[in-house]
Amino acid sequence: MTRRRTAGAVPDEGRHRLDLLREMLRIRRFEEQCVELYSAAKIRGFLHLYIGEEAVAVGVCQALTPDDPVVATYREHGHALARGVSMDSLMAEMFAKVTGCSRGRGGSMHIFDAGRRFYGGNAIVGGGLPLAVGMALADKMRGISRVTACFFGDGAVAEGEFHESANLAALWDLPVLFCCENNGYAMGTALERAHAETDLAARAGSYGMVSWAVDGMDVLAVEHAARRAAEAVRDGGGPHFLELRTYRFRAHSMYDPDRYRDKAEIEAWKARDPITALTAHLKQSGQLTDHDLEVLEKEIAAEIAQAIDAAEAADTEPVEDLTKFVYSPRPT
Amino acid sequence: MKTVTAQEVKPVSYREALRAALREALLKDERVFIMGEDVGRYGGCYGVTLGLLEEFGPERIRDAPLSESAFVGAGIGAALAGMRPIVEVMTVNFSLLALDQIMNNAATLLHMSGGQLNVPLVIRLTTGAGRQVAAQHSHSLEGWYAHIPGLRIVAPATVEDARGMLWTALEDPDPVLIFEHAGLYNATSELSPDAGPVDIDSAAIRRPGRDVTLIAYGGMLPKAMAAAGQLAADGIEAEVVDLRTLRPLDDATVLASVRRTHRVVIADEGWRSGSLSAEISARITEQAFYDLDAPVERVCTAEVPIPYAWHLEEAALPQPETIAAAVRRAVG
Amino acid sequence: MAEFRMPSLGADMDEGTILEWLVKTGDEVHKGDIVAVVDTAKAAVEVECFASGVIGDILIQPGQTVPVGTLLAMINPAGEAAPPPRAVVPATAAPPPPAPAPAPARGRAAAAVAPAPSPVIRHLARELGVDLGKLHGTGPGGKVTHADVEAAAAARKRLRVSPLARRLAAELGVDLTVVTGTGSGGAIRADDVRRAAAAAGTAPVRAAPEAAERQAAPPPAVAAQPAGRLETEQAAERQAAMRRAIGNLMARSKREIPHYYLSTTIDLEPAVQWLRNRNRDLPVPSRIVPAALLLKAAALAAREVPQMNGFWKDDHFVAAQHVHLGVAISLRDAGMVAPAIHDADTLPVTDLMACLRDLVTRARTGRLRGSEMTDPTITVTNLGDRGVETVFGVIYPPQVALAGFGKVTSAPCAVGGLLGVRSQVTATLAADHRASDGYTGARYLEAVTRLLQKPEKL
Repeated sequence: MTRRRTAGAVPDEGRHRLDLLREMLRIRRFEEQCVELYSAAKIRGFLHLYIGEEAVAVGVCQALTPDDPVVATYREHGHALARGVSMDSLMAEMFAKVTGCSRGRGGSMHIFDAGRRFYGGNAIVGGGLPLAVGMALADKMRGISRVTACFFGDGAVAEGEFHESANLAALWDLPVLFCCENNGYAMGTALERAHAETDLAARAGSYGMVSWAVDGMDVLAVEHAARRAAEAVRDGGGPHFLELRTYRFRAHSMYDPDRYRDKAEIEAWKARDPITALTAHLKQSGQLTDHDLEVLEKEIAAEIAQAIDAAEAADTEPVEDLTKFVYSPRPT
Repeated sequence: MKTVTAQEVKPVSYREALRAALREALLKDERVFIMGEDVGRYGGCYGVTLGLLEEFGPERIRDAPLSESAFVGAGIGAALAGMRPIVEVMTVNFSLLALDQIMNNAATLLHMSGGQLNVPLVIRLTTGAGRQVAAQHSHSLEGWYAHIPGLRIVAPATVEDARGMLWTALEDPDPVLIFEHAGLYNATSELSPDAGPVDIDSAAIRRPGRDVTLIAYGGMLPKAMAAAGQLAADGIEAEVVDLRTLRPLDDATVLASVRRTHRVVIADEGWRSGSLSAEISARITEQAFYDLDAPVERVCTAEVPIPYAWHLEEAALPQPETIAAAVRRAVG
Repeated sequence: MAEFRMPSLGADMDEGTILEWLVKTGDEVHKGDIVAVVDTAKAAVEVECFASGVIGDILIQPGQTVPVGTLLAMINPAGEAAPPPRAVVPATAAPPPPAPAPAPARGRAAAAVAPAPSPVIRHLARELGVDLGKLHGTGPGGKVTHADVEAAAAARKRLRVSPLARRLAAELGVDLTVVTGTGSGGAIRADDVRRAAAAAGTAPVRAAPEAAERQAAPPPAVAAQPAGRLETEQAAERQAAMRRAIGNLMARSKREIPHYYLSTTIDLEPAVQWLRNRNRDLPVPSRIVPAALLLKAAALAAREVPQMNGFWKDDHFVAAQHVHLGVAISLRDAGMVAPAIHDADTLPVTDLMACLRDLVTRARTGRLRGSEMTDPTITVTNLGDRGVETVFGVIYPPQVALAGFGKVTSAPCAVGGLLGVRSQVTATLAADHRASDGYTGARYLEAVTRLLQKPEKL
């Protein structure tokens, strides 16, 4: 009998939805603050924002237990926060401080937190997929009931590594939850300009795994789909594939002038902002007042301010430790 | 203590020694499994894993689809998740399909995660020419891998090392690549039945000599030994150094020998430009310049893709005669 | 017709020894050409001529020591009936020209292709054994340059020696130029050196094991010793001679000059701050040290107070027209020199810094110019880098003043009624009471102080 440790039935639907809102808002406000900090040169390197896609990470993570590994991409602040990586260690990593989750060696694109079973942070498109397959393989071989959730974008589906990994996972019946965040663009290349068949769920299905497309702008829909899929995976149903249709509201990175998208298209998607939608829904159903929202925003602002203060105050890694962690310490 | 009598010392082939090492590992540690193309039913393309499927079953002797990136990456993932995978890649040329995983994940995860994630993975690869299999199955790219911090690169050149390096590699907390020269699989030598793990840190002096230091590794070692034999007939005593570990290089053993002999010849089956031999030569001039009595000589593979025709292939590769000639130039 | 006489290369120089002529009879020279090397007991100095023309008879030969002012050679105006070209004069008839130097320069000049090499180039070529006739000049109009000669010499002289052989030769005292190389391309290798050492009966021939040989190796070869000893003796002799020369001069100074001394402490804070900002933008090799500012201030003050800048001659003071600032430089082995930085008051600080570096390098390698030795109008000594706080110097006759600077210190200091820690330096003046009084001397130190408060204007 495998351990059955889903996130469980929702005790109080109203409170849970407020939690979803809180998680999405934390990501949104955190990243908005990151833009400002980037402009102030506190954060450097590449900065890829998740704004607009929050419902995907937050929704999927509801279906995971603390023991399930998560493999993400370089646009992973949202996944890290939704997974429970502390905002302090995340912000410190952005600031390249030693208190950052990767001790300042990773930065925005390489967030790792072994304690949260958060395996990054992979900036090679498709590079995390084989890793997730291998983790699932290890779990299967050892009889541990876990779901490895692997996030990747539509761009990764064009990579050989996706197809190799999908095949291997399906072939060996591995407990992987493939979460394809289809935001319509591989950097600046639109889906239809890169894929002969743009129905990504259908293509994944060709490997013999259960797959379907989900409205990635609706956190409740994402959660629902993820719970279904994760449960099936956990029950030995083999890998599942979710195509989460979403949109990033901001450019690919801070360097991106965003010339390849129609303003009208962006506005149309913004009208479907998952945070606005959930807020409206909660207000309509009387589960959220303006005052509640104000309090929530204040709490999040305080958490972010605290994270910035801590990051500012933190030390950097001594340069003498530059080559530390290239190899593991060796017993002498 | 066990005393080894002459009768117990049996001739063993390099292939058998590798197989014995794999068996030992599978028996000793249940986290160990083998994954690669045709490692099971087929018995390994060079017959190294022959019989292991029958003994250990398909869970631990896993035939992988032809998807180097996925199964090497899966090896990394499994290692992250606590297993001790041994991944076999048919030839070093095919490893280029998995280069992303080796370079961008295996070699970097520990550092990029600030020391959180180590990758105890062993990859076995066949390298080298000499079998008329032409330009996509014959190259010696271990020097490329030896360029990468985060990896340990070893090249067993003797039956004893074929028997002993694997277990030590498995105990290493970091990724180790074992390069097996295709020309060595049938090499036979006497091996004590209780032969076991050997260190993978140091170079070894395979033949002492006072006139010149002859540096080789892997498939070049037998050729260097043959050259040393020819030279001894002329009264030139070459000290043959087997590098054994290509990264990190054992400078101390090499330099100590150079300081005794004052002359150096390096035999490297890689191409000369930007090769391992170039690195060794540079280190010698950096650290033992005032001990040199002649320019460092290198014998490398001609800078062509390895040709099919036997006579051309032979001409392209370092041979005992060309090595001996280089020694004569150095000794003058 | 001009006379070329033994120059006075400093007040401490009474006589000089011709070390080398860089020209020979019949050579054409131009005003400013370096024509000879003179030993002044302090340094080998290249001396220039002050007239253009053709060298006539050379009257003093290398090795001869003569008093300052002795006629050394005549310089005949070019075009006047000069000694005929060497080519038509039997070698024996000419006044002893040094060595059988070829005269390719003349041949080239006759061909009117390239300008004749300068005397310095001819000398260098002779010294390095380079045949100028075979050189193709890379200078303007095909003129042979210094680099051409050195390259030719290097190409000819470069020995092929293995690093080990070079090291062994040094250990065993073997002269590599006499070792026959048996390696590829005639390279000298360790065994060749060992053989040479063995032939000289000094060191063991190579024997395995090597370690035993290593232990046996170090004692330097007997054969090599005489040369070494000779050099040591010559160096000792030079040092003694230099001490004598300094002693004579300083004794004369103290005997003849009634010194008076003034001292003041100068606030260096503005100068130090300014330097810090200035150096931030400069690459390390060009950074300015505080000494350069001090020198500049000393030079400008000398212009302001001309009574400090000049000479006491024939019982009266003669003011100098320019400020040629003598800088006391200690030499590594022993002794010191105080050559001039010409027109130091007009040089931007960066140039002054470059001049100072160049001067120190050349002083220590014995390549000072004659004019640098004779021209100082006032001298500065700076012992700050030796940790000294105050220096009371001895005037270089016939100069009339010597300014001294100690080390830059941090000290509590009241400025504008507030106490703070500031950088300070103690400046002193030793001046000749025959030429000036304390009041004038005080004006000099006052000027130095004021100038250092506005470092940006220096």
